[in-house]
Amino acid sequence: MKIHEYQAKEILRKYNVAVPNGVLVSKKSEAAKAARKVGTDVVVVKAQIHAGGRGKGGGVKLAKSPQEAEKYAGNILGMTLVTPQTGPEGRLVKKVLIEEGMSIAKELYMGILVDRETSQVLIMASEAGGMEIEEVAADTPERIIKETVDPVIGVQPFLARKIAFALNIKGPALKAIIPFIINLYDAFIKEDCSMLEINPLVITSDDRVLALDAKVDIDDNAMFRHKDTLACRDLDEEDPLEVEASKFQLNYIKLDGNIGCMVNGAGLAMATMDIIKLSGGEPANFLDVGGGADEEMIENGFRIILSDPSVKGIFINIFGGILRCDILARGVVAATKKLKIKIPVVVRMEGTNMEAGHQILKDSGLNFAIGNGMKDGAQKVVKAIK
Amino acid sequence: MSILVDEKTRLITQGITGREGMFHTEQSMKYGTKVVGGVTPGKGGQEVLGNIPVFNTVREAVVKTKANATMIFVPPPFASDAILEAADAGIELIICITEGIPVSDMVDVYKYLKGTNSRLVGPNCPGVISPGKAKIGIMPAHIHKKGNVGIISRSGTLTYETVGQLTALGIGQSTCVGIGGDPIIGTRFIDVLELFQRDRGTKAICMIGEIGGSAEDEAAYYIKKHVTKPVIGFIAGQTAPPGRRMGHAGAIISGGQGTAEEKMKVMKRCGIKVVKSPADLGKTLQKAL
Repeated sequence: MKIHEYQAKEILRKYNVAVPNGVLVSKKSEAAKAARKVGTDVVVVKAQIHAGGRGKGGGVKLAKSPQEAEKYAGNILGMTLVTPQTGPEGRLVKKVLIEEGMSIAKELYMGILVDRETSQVLIMASEAGGMEIEEVAADTPERIIKETVDPVIGVQPFLARKIAFALNIKGPALKAIIPFIINLYDAFIKEDCSMLEINPLVITSDDRVLALDAKVDIDDNAMFRHKDTLACRDLDEEDPLEVEASKFQLNYIKLDGNIGCMVNGAGLAMATMDIIKLSGGEPANFLDVGGGADEEMIENGFRIILSDPSVKGIFINIFGGILRCDILARGVVAATKKLKIKIPVVVRMEGTNMEAGHQILKDSGLNFAIGNGMKDGAQKVVKAIK
Repeated sequence: MSILVDEKTRLITQGITGREGMFHTEQSMKYGTKVVGGVTPGKGGQEVLGNIPVFNTVREAVVKTKANATMIFVPPPFASDAILEAADAGIELIICITEGIPVSDMVDVYKYLKGTNSRLVGPNCPGVISPGKAKIGIMPAHIHKKGNVGIISRSGTLTYETVGQLTALGIGQSTCVGIGGDPIIGTRFIDVLELFQRDRGTKAICMIGEIGGSAEDEAAYYIKKHVTKPVIGFIAGQTAPPGRRMGHAGAIISGGQGTAEEKMKVMKRCGIKVVKSPADLGKTLQKAL
């Protein structure tokens, strides 16, 4: 689950990770007061959306007075911010964070993630702060420091020192960054983050160490033990159809094509998208109905696929294991009748009770096309919408 | 022959009294797997599915039944604890079906298992089947056929799809291993490749990967160096958008890494016959044999 910068910083504060003073504002009229409360001569006005590259899109401004902060807040609030990460449609800004300005001596990068190669937690740091870390990794990999953390001992002072010295940190800032790194790891583990990125991590000219920006993703699988963090979810940042699907425990991701897909199992669902493309079509979505789908889930799946106006045909690809083909077929017939589906529907079923399933489709009197294997099914649906 | 599971496997189910645990234990028994017991803390002393004893702890089950394998159906918040308990009791093969275990739990489990003799398959996997011998997991048994193709896959239903295509062509399988769709898994492609290379009953290997991570690249380099049997491969998610989690927790292209295109390129370079269309898996394997 993604959360906003201001929410990430609230979490970091709880773990004594230093972040700039800031006030969250959702109305232009509150901005000047917020800037005065923050109290520095210069304040930063930052758009709160779930996408990076905000500065490039005009979503981050330096204000030299409370009046100026109000002006910028007015400009940014309500704007549709387009950044390299939002896609051309952009995101509506509903909140801005007004933060203290500071004199920055050094900008660093620090990220914590679960490294799939070692299956352990990895801390990455770099002196190339404020840049896209993927670009740094591609162009100058030697500028990235990597330290794997042993989960038994966590981040001990020696490891934090090792990172700090590798980042060429000296003087009073060295004392400040050791607990910063230890506390950051503590937050990562205790909050079940799947990713925690501080970019930039700054050292000010008066030797303070602060997380100037913070990007935190929480592991969806761990939400059961973070009920309070669940309140941070911002549904406006998600695709409305995906939000709707998640209510029914359906795994749906909207894509750009026009062939709706309903599949059981994530791997087969991806492979189904692939074969549609190979057959000359474009998948409209990823939809995994899971192994235990019943009639109701199939109906909900249909409804969500059909809510996407670009869908011109549907391809159902089910390999029945625990999910029996006859149950699926009954669900497909019921949903097609109930929702009065007019567009072509191609059904490919294999596995448990396949014959019974085909018979149910045949007896329904509805005009289903039957796919004889994945390839045939995909080709039939591509042809049907042409 | 086969790998990991066979007639000698003595299986217990952790979470045997739950709906899923009970159903799939029964299915495995029907297939011929030697099920010797089950574990549900607090429900020890009962018998289920005829005469299968239920124990409070894995240790007790091992002492009383000489179990050497376990199948875990424990819900996600408690599943990592169940894996650790099995390893502590000395179970050699731990197959965890549970989907949705927090990744930080798996970081700890992974580290702990390194110091034990236990092998974990999964989590978030369909399990392992050696057709005609034993099945541990949730795969539909009837689509399988005894034979000499070894299958390794990160996906459940896509494995069934492959098995279905092979069986339809009259090609049987030695063992099918679902390694799971999570970012942290106990047994990786390379671990299973090593076993298949050694297994005299396996003549060809089918490797089914997907987007996310670099386990397929690692496997490809391993194959180039150590595997002499023909290997065919497929990567699901050629059309998946970057930055989105495609159902499986581990199926995500992040920072431009882990794309299907890149994986297929590396696999081809390492001598693996890469199949572009999932519909061609069976036919391509037939040719390779």
